[in-house]
Amino acid sequence: MSASGSEGRGTVLIIGASSVIARSTALAFAKEGYDLILAGTPGEELDRVAFDTRVRSGTGVESLPFDALDPDGHEAFVARAIEISGDQLIGAVVNFGLTGDPESWRYDVAHADEIIQVNYAGAAHVLGYLANYFEEKKRGFIVGVSSVAGDRGRQSNYVYGSAKAGLSAYLQGLRNRLHRSGVTVVTVKPGFIDTRMTFGKVPKPMAAAPDVVGRAILRGVKRKRSVIYVPRYWRMIMTIVRLIPEPIFKRLQL
Amino acid sequence: MSEVLGKLEAQEISGWGRHPVGTTDLVRPERLRELPELMASGSCVARGLGRSYGDASFNSGGATILMERIDRFIAFDESSGVLECESGVTIDELIRFFVPRGYMPPVIPGTKHVTLGGALASDIHGKNHHKDGSFSRHVVDFKLLTASGDVLTCSREENADLFWATTGGMGLTGIIMSMRFTLMPVESAYVSVDIDRTADLDQTLELFHKSDDRYKYSVAWVDGLASGASLGRSVLMRGNPAPADDRHGLDIKKRFTLSVPGVFPGLLLNRASAKTFNALYYAKQPKQSRDRIQHYEPFFFPLDAAHNWNRLYGRRGFIQYQCVIPYEGGRDGLVEILELVRTETAGSFLTVLKRFGDVEEEQQLSFPIPGYTLAMDIPWRGKKIASVLDELDDVVAKRGGRVYLTKDARMQGRTLRRMYPRLSEWREIKMRVDPTDRFASDLAHRLELLR
Repeated sequence: MSASGSEGRGTVLIIGASSVIARSTALAFAKEGYDLILAGTPGEELDRVAFDTRVRSGTGVESLPFDALDPDGHEAFVARAIEISGDQLIGAVVNFGLTGDPESWRYDVAHADEIIQVNYAGAAHVLGYLANYFEEKKRGFIVGVSSVAGDRGRQSNYVYGSAKAGLSAYLQGLRNRLHRSGVTVVTVKPGFIDTRMTFGKVPKPMAAAPDVVGRAILRGVKRKRSVIYVPRYWRMIMTIVRLIPEPIFKRLQL
Repeated sequence: MSEVLGKLEAQEISGWGRHPVGTTDLVRPERLRELPELMASGSCVARGLGRSYGDASFNSGGATILMERIDRFIAFDESSGVLECESGVTIDELIRFFVPRGYMPPVIPGTKHVTLGGALASDIHGKNHHKDGSFSRHVVDFKLLTASGDVLTCSREENADLFWATTGGMGLTGIIMSMRFTLMPVESAYVSVDIDRTADLDQTLELFHKSDDRYKYSVAWVDGLASGASLGRSVLMRGNPAPADDRHGLDIKKRFTLSVPGVFPGLLLNRASAKTFNALYYAKQPKQSRDRIQHYEPFFFPLDAAHNWNRLYGRRGFIQYQCVIPYEGGRDGLVEILELVRTETAGSFLTVLKRFGDVEEEQQLSFPIPGYTLAMDIPWRGKKIASVLDELDDVVAKRGGRVYLTKDARMQGRTLRRMYPRLSEWREIKMRVDPTDRFASDLAHRLELLR
């Protein structure tokens, strides 16, 4: 099956393909007629994800190995994705992330560093190459999946949060730069989504179904939104969280 | 990359019959590689969509592994029709994605809301058992995560004893990770259905024997509350895959489904309403009709139209009693059972009868054996029902029959041993691959299947 976008609406590259959120995003775009390139850690898992998405979407799906921790390979990676798409790459969703083991990152600086490398440095690096491509093409969209955790640092996940805050700021600047080229840059900030990140950690009714994220991302791209919270009420929650004065906030158990 | 998986501790849980209720820790992996870590501590059992009726799908005092996110299609070979997928894929998904490509599942149970892992662990059957056998007959091989942490490929040639012990083994030999099985090619999504209404049990059985060979699918709805000369009066619904034409292609239909509210008063389903409903349904059917083209959805899944229909029976829930009785003396056994249920319980609201065909001899806990299988939905009304069901067990066991573990919620170990003569062989295999009972469920404890 070829992902050549000549007849369809073009090809969307999804980086970080094996998560539940990636699947919901892939299926949402496939439904709209886009072909897909799914990128992630090479191996059997990636092949499965690609075949599964092909069956469920009935669209062209290619897979491509990607390693966030190998920045030297990112330029070739983006070039390969463009080649597979037949120079019809129309969008990219940067979705990978690492929350890390909270028992360990607090005292294991190396583990904390890995979280920063993946969530910020790795994401920023690959985004750089993607930005250059879309800027030159003067079309397309870039979606960066950040997190509400980046809106305010908390003791329970500030390393992850700070990396996501960096990513949010990066996307903000990129949006400003690419605006004149007609390229949409959407920052996605998921709150509690019903995935392994929240299962057994937050009360189930508070976690939104994963499908919601894919649909929200697609809608955000169509409407050229800048920052979207998923579900939407998280914008309100985070506004309140940000408004708490620091002298009070630092005493809270969050 | 390390991530920590969450756990929902001490959750109340039950099967489809809403009785009994257990308390278990829930975990929900999203990738196959997370499974070994999850079973690292304590005992566990894998749960699909929880459609087994009793206590097979949870493990009180230990962990229950929700397999719903382990649901990837892995590969499909067009030339052989062999599909490989992870065990959390459901029959519903299989139909949704493969009917448009011209394939149906090889075995279609009474609900599409079951996972393939559950289908294999229960070795499910459908309306085509008399022709095509149970699900395991169509399975090429599967990957089983065993107590030692090894992943074993099991087929009729490789690890054959585990293949036989796992098909129908209620998830107690390990965690079924993925499987390969053969889909059935179809021209259309429709079934050509013949209906015959019979006056009594003898007529029903006679029709079964005379003409079941001509139908791929065969089942009888029985009026479980008819008595005397009308005992066992039925509506036979039998059919074959319909050929494609202009109006009947490979379409899957979106269907309107009703939801039953959580507080539905169970008393509304009582003997009087059951009797009226059954008599009306019987009267509504034509004496005979031929070649009616029906979409697969209402033909195979009439009950899926009411989402959560199990709530109709109220908070106390219900028991589905399904047994099979060998053909030899089968008729008399059916009479005894129908009479017992009609006179001693609130009555079976829904009664279904069908014939089982040949089975694979090597299996130990797989339910089907050649004979008549009867399924009845009986409202749970406490101790009185329990003693009637014990009587039913006795009738079944005496005639060389057995009860379906996937439906069972209350049988005892000694009865099980009477019904499944190869149980000791199964236990030997279980002890060998899982000497410390890492895989356990409430059903396993109740039926003394563990050490």
